[in-house]
Amino acid sequence: MINDSNDNRRYTISLIMVAVCLIYIIRLFSIQIVDKSYLEQSQNNAYLRKVIYPSRGLLTDRNGRLIVFNKSAYDIMIVPREARGFDTLAFANTLGITKADFIKRMGIIKRKSGYSPYVPQLFMSQLSDEEYGPVSEKLYKFNGIYVQKRTLREYNYHNAALALGSIGEVSKKQIEADDFYQQGDYAGQNGIELTYEKVLRGEKGEEILLRDSRGRVKGKYEDGKYDKKPVPGKDIELSLDIELQKYGEELMNGKIGSIAAIEPSTGEILALVSSPTYDPSMLVGRKRSANFAALSKDPLKPLFDRPMMAQYPPGSTFKTAQALVLQQEGIITPNTAYGCQHGFHAGALSVGCHGHESPLNLKHSIQHSCNAYYCCGFRSMIDNRKYKNVSEAIDVWKNHMVSLGFGYKLGADVPNEKRGYIPNSSVYNKVYGENRWKGLTIISLSIGQGEVLATPLQIANLGATIANRGYFYTPHLVKKIFGGEIDSSFITRHNSTIDPKYYEIVVEGMELVMISGTGYYSRIDSIAVCGKTGTAENPHGKDHSIFMAFAPKDDPKIAISVVVENSGFGATWAAPIATLMIEKYLKGEIPKRRKHIEQRLLDANLIKE
Amino acid sequence: MDRRNENILNNIDIWTIGLYIALVIFGWVSIYGASYNFDDSDFWDFSQRFGKQLVWIGCSVVIAAVLLMLDVKIYTTLAYVIYGFFIILLIVTLLVAPDTRGSHSWLVMGPISLQPAEFAKTATCLCLAKYMSSYGFTMKNIRQMVVMCLIIFVPMLIIVAQNETGSALAYLALFLVLYRQGMTGIVLLLGVCAAVFFVVSIRFGATPIVDSIPGETLGMFAIMIMAVVIALSMVYFYYKDKTLVKTISILGVSLFAVGIIVYNYLDVKIKFSYLAYIVVGSLILYLLSQAIRQRKWGYFLISIFVAGSIGFGQVSDYAFNKILQPHQQTRIKVTLGMENDLKKSGYNVNQSMIAIGSGRLTGKGFLQGTQTKLKYVPEQDTDFIFCTVGEEHGFIGTTAVVVGFLALMLRLISLAERQRSLFSRIYGYCVASIIFFHVAINIGMVIGLTPVIGIPLPFFSYGGSSLWSFTILLFIFLRLDASRKEYMME
Ligand SMILES: [Zn+2]
Ligand SMILES: [Zn+2]
Repeated sequence: MINDSNDNRRYTISLIMVAVCLIYIIRLFSIQIVDKSYLEQSQNNAYLRKVIYPSRGLLTDRNGRLIVFNKSAYDIMIVPREARGFDTLAFANTLGITKADFIKRMGIIKRKSGYSPYVPQLFMSQLSDEEYGPVSEKLYKFNGIYVQKRTLREYNYHNAALALGSIGEVSKKQIEADDFYQQGDYAGQNGIELTYEKVLRGEKGEEILLRDSRGRVKGKYEDGKYDKKPVPGKDIELSLDIELQKYGEELMNGKIGSIAAIEPSTGEILALVSSPTYDPSMLVGRKRSANFAALSKDPLKPLFDRPMMAQYPPGSTFKTAQALVLQQEGIITPNTAYGCQHGFHAGALSVGCHGHESPLNLKHSIQHSCNAYYCCGFRSMIDNRKYKNVSEAIDVWKNHMVSLGFGYKLGADVPNEKRGYIPNSSVYNKVYGENRWKGLTIISLSIGQGEVLATPLQIANLGATIANRGYFYTPHLVKKIFGGEIDSSFITRHNSTIDPKYYEIVVEGMELVMISGTGYYSRIDSIAVCGKTGTAENPHGKDHSIFMAFAPKDDPKIAISVVVENSGFGATWAAPIATLMIEKYLKGEIPKRRKHIEQRLLDANLIKE
Repeated sequence: MDRRNENILNNIDIWTIGLYIALVIFGWVSIYGASYNFDDSDFWDFSQRFGKQLVWIGCSVVIAAVLLMLDVKIYTTLAYVIYGFFIILLIVTLLVAPDTRGSHSWLVMGPISLQPAEFAKTATCLCLAKYMSSYGFTMKNIRQMVVMCLIIFVPMLIIVAQNETGSALAYLALFLVLYRQGMTGIVLLLGVCAAVFFVVSIRFGATPIVDSIPGETLGMFAIMIMAVVIALSMVYFYYKDKTLVKTISILGVSLFAVGIIVYNYLDVKIKFSYLAYIVVGSLILYLLSQAIRQRKWGYFLISIFVAGSIGFGQVSDYAFNKILQPHQQTRIKVTLGMENDLKKSGYNVNQSMIAIGSGRLTGKGFLQGTQTKLKYVPEQDTDFIFCTVGEEHGFIGTTAVVVGFLALMLRLISLAERQRSLFSRIYGYCVASIIFFHVAINIGMVIGLTPVIGIPLPFFSYGGSSLWSFTILLFIFLRLDASRKEYMME
């Protein structure tokens, strides 16, 4: 033994242990001997808790047309402990499977981790009303068989698959992150279904059933006193015009690309077409996983949400933004004219242009989409002495572009939005050395080529900003949540750094595009459309055709961007699709004069087999 | 067998071995009861959990025998190496372990999965014993104190990162050992106070003191009262200052008596927390004046304790509401019984108490328990194994288990005290403390006295890692004890 001054502490420690054990024994005495209520509870307190799933919120379009609603599905659950002694063959026949199937399924269930013969196990999932109806009466007779009702999605329109999204079984991660979910639950996995999952899902209810000491259900616990009714999810009115969406998808049929249409005065998204698309009902129910696998293997990538995620050089549509920035910076005025000899030529560097009169002022430069004009303007901005150096000039330029919605995520309520790309000074300083570059080095930015990238949504948003003469609202798909509020970020006005007075001349230029410029072929007689064609260079094949527009010129109701991949010049494919969409939205139908254009587009198949 | 081994066998402590065997057997019987299936059960079915547990027990016997054969010197020689190895193993586990219900603590090697966190306890005990028994170690050297705390906290933090908070908390039991070695008891007191205050401030953080008066919470109120009572006890215990204790007690009791009368009969809505603040304020002023007048630092420290307790209560309430994520908050709330999540922890405790309570004096008999078989508690044969004991063997069974563990812990302490080497004594206390912590938390949880923290009941709960690690922990000490006469250190 070692002697030390703390010897008596062995007694303190022993005393603590004795005290704790004594307290526990007293507690055990009280719950096991004194309190008789536990014995009573044990006799009638074996619960079976049944979750009652709430119905999910419905989705309607901006005109109140029902798009997404619910249908019932039934999971057949089996409690193996109770399911003994019934006629397996009869049971299998009822469900339309063989006895061998039954044995195989039971084998799989028993090998699952966390298997317990006393707990309901999923035997067969998602029977539809039609499948379940005839067997519901018969199933009742089998011991240990329970039915769990669930809700699945059903669609009135077979459009807008990616924007709407789908629901699927929760992943392990989702269960861990949110106590709401249990294994086997469904939750939104993409699109609106994911973004607004918490709004749409509602609250689960619960039914407590009583079981006897052998586990058989004896009825409701205390007459359902503790049952909880499910609270249905909140309905949502989308900003989509589902008929317009449907029309857009028809026009884009046989083409790869996207349409994004926005109401400029609110930022509400009217249509969001990603092409090729698929029928949203493909991802419902038992066929979901097989269809999902097939879609994700499709080389045309129908699961890729092009209007939100595809990033293209915006091409000539970007010239409108350049015209705004150059004016704001005092580099040009509406009267500034630059000459164009079939393009911009500086030493060895040449940027071609098509034939048109020369020189052009600002308005006509937009009308004819003159490359030389923007090369000259951009160059004189970047090399301008009013900035400390080229770095400052490009950063000023970048900040203006960001204020027009480029370079960062807009923050729409569709998951997976991409940010596009607007380079800043440090990018070029890294490549060429600190300020050892000039306007000419990065001249392709001036015409929306080179490093700059934008999503179709950002291009449509530029259209909306010009339509509004200087501001935009973050594009969003949800117009109204019944019994809730939409995010305040969607009703916050974003002013651009460009003075509103500089917009009018750009608007006039865009109007000329349609009257007698590159968009002439796609004009609409009865509506003053303002548009801008564009072509995105594609190093991998034929260029992408782009068109940005809004209409009418005064008090605009719709701003739109259309991208048709690998189809060449913007005026050929993207422009007519955009004006048809505008006409459809504003007039409701296409006049006879333009029916042949509509037909040509509906029929065109640009996807190489 | 050579003489040395014979010698060991003669010196080994029969009492401890006997208690160990009794607990392991009773544990296996309980697991058999918990996983017994009314219909198809084969005693020797090794695919069933009770069959597997039999294998784990067999292995434990081998492990115990090997440990008794080993030369006793390796534990002192290799203590640091073993500790280092386990720290690395814990980190590796954290990085490579697959996600098992949110925790990253299992190393899977083919059919076997092991939880290094369980074994790291033994390594930490060895390391701590070695460090604290080393020449020149004193509780007064700050640098040594820091190292000592690091030895405990480093593995603890890694295990928290593995998301096994329960296992990690067991390391706190080692503070009992530090106490035995001379650490001031105030640390234990403060630790217990902090835990209790935290729980109280969360548990009653939204409960009004009186229903009709919003804006003041029972949590803060209770903390103030507890802090005053503890402070008065300290004053009485250390200074026998009866005047102070009397004055403050009378002030407090009369204030609240008046308050209650005013509230009930005059219907004036006074704030009771203000009364508590008055009591606390006067106590602090009184303590400070005593500190100055009598030049005793103790008074000053006690006043700091009172003020600190109130600050701590505020901070923990704030930290809980503002810093923790909503789902973490929910988990803690469920643990404290605030949210009736009958599906998860709350349900388990409710059901386990029904199971135990329904056992009555003698229990329903072996394999006759219905509650433990029909309910949905997933940890039926691991963390909640004590339920089966309660249901099938009644109060007699549960008391026997509690007394059995108490006997084992007291025996370990008396063995520890008879050691001639400081290393062995410290290690012995480590073993007793860790077993104590597990028993107290596990049984306390099952009978609704402590929060639901998932840690196994030593020797009882199903699982190789748990059984082996406790076997190793215990038998290393028995080996040290067996050679206490020949083995002298320093
Ligand atoms: Zn012209
Ligand atoms: Zn030109």
